[in-house]
Formats: sequence, structure tokens, C-alpha cells
Amino acid sequence: MSRLSTEHLLGIKYITENDIHTLLDTAASFKEVINRPIKKVPSLRDVTVANVFFENSTRTRLSFELAEKRLSADVVNFSASGSSVSKGETLTDTVNNILAMKVDMVVMRHQNPGACVFLANELKKYPKSAHARVVNAGDGTHEHPTQALLDAFSIRNHFGRIEGLNVLIVGDIMHSRVALSNIYCLQKLGANVKLCGPATLIPRHIETLGVEVEYDLHKALQWCDVANVLRIQLERQDIKYFPSLREYAMQYGINREVLNRLDKQITIMHPGPINRGVELDGDIADSEHSIILEQVENGVAVRMAVLYCLASVKE
Amino acid sequence: MNQEQKTLLEGKGLELVLQRLCLELKENYGDFSNCALIGLQPRGSLLSASLHRRLEQMTGRNIQHGKLDITFFRDDFRRGDDILKPNTTSIDFLVENKNVVLIDDVLYTGRSVRAGFDALMAFGRPAKVELLTLIDRRYTRHIPIEANYCGKAVDTHAGQKVLLEWDAAQTNLEKVTLFTREV
Repeated sequence: MSRLSTEHLLGIKYITENDIHTLLDTAASFKEVINRPIKKVPSLRDVTVANVFFENSTRTRLSFELAEKRLSADVVNFSASGSSVSKGETLTDTVNNILAMKVDMVVMRHQNPGACVFLANELKKYPKSAHARVVNAGDGTHEHPTQALLDAFSIRNHFGRIEGLNVLIVGDIMHSRVALSNIYCLQKLGANVKLCGPATLIPRHIETLGVEVEYDLHKALQWCDVANVLRIQLERQDIKYFPSLREYAMQYGINREVLNRLDKQITIMHPGPINRGVELDGDIADSEHSIILEQVENGVAVRMAVLYCLASVKE
Repeated sequence: MNQEQKTLLEGKGLELVLQRLCLELKENYGDFSNCALIGLQPRGSLLSASLHRRLEQMTGRNIQHGKLDITFFRDDFRRGDDILKPNTTSIDFLVENKNVVLIDDVLYTGRSVRAGFDALMAFGRPAKVELLTLIDRRYTRHIPIEANYCGKAVDTHAGQKVLLEWDAAQTNLEKVTLFTREV
């Protein structure tokens, strides 16, 4: 196995199909590790990782922290609230200060799109920080690469392949970093990707990425093998994109009735957090159609693979 | 690059060595009721699968057998240019209080076996661990580790390499060869 084509994981757009296969294959080994009686391996025992979160997170943060601890890395956590960021410190200064404490990797979530790419470029200018690896844990509406990798890993585990599958992404495409990373990842792996949602939440010119758009939920679900259902990101919406959540749920919510109208079984995924009763009904989220909790379990294995592969080559 | 080859084991000689290793294990573990064979991935597991088949035929009993990957326990992580590629681990039994025979094809520096001991402990605390190797490259150890069962001991130097050649199905060992790099 050769090295990855990149030193950082900033987005799926910046990595190759080979990189994705390397990461998914390595994740398969880590999935076996985290199901052992003793779930810890010593690979990253001389590595320190800082989880720098400028935005709220439950799953991603816990998942990264567990992944780091199961690889025996030392972990420090930073959140913007209660830090010197509120005193006016810049992102570069904050991260340089963390790296000055002999930290090797930075896992960052930030509200601004492109923050991780900016940080990786900035760090190159500082000889003492140039060694650090940056992992994007979600940057605004840009990318969430580890989510896309774990979604791809979950699909591969469930179907045994990704190539040729029809994958539908339903919901708030406009404000979703998961959607963009998923589009890049699934296309690189040979899946067919279609988007579905209210016209106001589908970005203009999204077809230039090679995806199709379908506004009729029934037709879209009928087409797909897997539906990845996204949350309405109200916190990123500065204007009203649809009349009410109730109307959205009636038009685009996935419930038992909608699935019963299909003449085939489809698999439901959701990156979380779920707004039950809005984009997805609770009984579907907990049903045999759903692989949502498998996604969460796979998240730890995939993040272990990302950290392992980025840290494994000598500096 | 030209390489000089020397056959270490093949044909009847190889068969006798494998048979002797099985008999030594049988002598110590009888019906293998509390014993498990675990091969180190990737090459040790081929040897352990082969010995496992022979022992099951010899004893007429089911013997526990697993494959152990040591990648995440290696001591050369972050020291090379490439990612160390993991293999699969498959141990579908508890090693707690079992007598475990760890099996590798070639014992050279001892570092793989050291990693194997660490990796094994993630599956519980065995009562006893022993080491079986087909080829022992003597006087080359970086770590003081010796095999309890050894097929053949050979004197080699760092420029040499021992290779086990398997049939296409990777079930029957056909030959063991020592390669010497020509300077």
C-alpha cells in the first residue's frame, strides 16, 4: 500500500479514488479492531491530536475522540466558546499556539467554508507548524469528508459494492456539506447520484457536478437503491426557503406511507442529527430499512483509518 | 537484480519436517482441547492453516484456529514512506486461559513475533503462549525471542531472504528457498 496523495484531509474533492479505497480498506480492518474485547491498538501512541471545534458537534466530535483514543493518541480538546477566540485571536494564531505545544494533528470543525484549506495553506508558512496534518471535520457548507467516507463505507458494507448503485440525496442540499462531500465521494467510486428537495434548497448549476436533480420524491425514491436523507439546516438559513416545516414534511418527509408506495425496498441513511417527523419519521429511522446506527459505528472505524493513514508516513 | 538461490526444504524432507512439527505439538497438547493455533498474517497464517489441517486429520478432532494481524502493533509505524497495510484478523474464540501456539513462517529479527504477542493480548489472557516457526534464521535477532518448535534452523545474513513457495491454491507448501542478493 502506497501513501495517500495528500498530507491533509481537507475534502473529498482533493483526494483520489485510490486514496478513498485505501481509507475504506483500512477502515475495514479497524472495524474488526473495535469489535474486539480490547478495542485499543498502539499505532498512534507517539502522536498528539487536537480537536479544534469552532462549531457545535456531538457525533463527529465523539467519534473522532474515540477514534484517537482507540489508536492510543494523546488528545486535547478545544472549543471556541470560552477560548481566546472570543478575545479576538485569529484562526492561524489559535492553531499555531496549539501546535507550539507539540501537537501533530489538528481535527477542525469551523463555520466558514474553506477554513480547513485556508489553515493548511497558512501552516506551511510557519516552519514550526508545517509538519502538522489537518483533518476537516466539517467546514461550513463546504465539505465534511469523513462523513462522506463513512457513508460510502456503510454502503459498501451493506451492498458489497458501490459502483453502479443509485444513491439519492434528499433534503437541504444547499446548506449541506455532507451532500457535497457525498457527491464527490460516490461519483469517484462509480455510483450514480441524484438529488431531491425543494427547488429553493437545490443550488443553481449543481448539475455541472454530473448529478441529476429530481423534484418529485416518489419518482426519486423509486429510482434509488439508497436514500441519504439530510436535515433541514435551519441554523444556516438566513431567509425562508419553504413556507413551513409542516409543509416540507408533507412534500419531502420520508414515512412508512411513502415507502409503502414504492414497488421495491430501499435503504435509508441519515448523517444525523435527525429531526424526527420532519425529514424522516421515527419509525423509519428505527426500522429494518435504516442503517443509521451502522453509519455511526462505522464512523469510528473510518476516522481511525483517516488518522492512521495520515499519520503513518514519516515526517 | 540477479539472485543466488538455495533450496532449504522440499519434497520428502519438507514433508518430514511438517510431520515432525505436528507430532511435537500432539505430544505436548494431546487432544488439543484447551489449545488454539494462531497464525501471524500474512504468511504465518498459510503455514498455520496447513498444520491445522494435518493436526485435525491426525487427531480426528476439531482444533481451534485463527489468523492474527499484527500491523497496528508493529514498531516501525511512522518510520517508512508507505502506509503499513493491515490484513484481516479472524479469531472467533476466546484465548482467555487457553494454550496458544503462535505460528510464523520465518523467525528473523523477532520484531514481528513481539508485535504478535501484543496483538494476541487484545483477545484476552492466554494461559500459555508458545512459538512455532518453520525456519529459524539464527543469530539475527533484534529482540531476545526464541521458538519452542522449529522446523529448520539456518545461518543467514542480512542480504539474504527466505521464501516459502505455495501451490496456486495456497494450501500446500512446495518449497522453501534461501535467496542471496548478488553484490
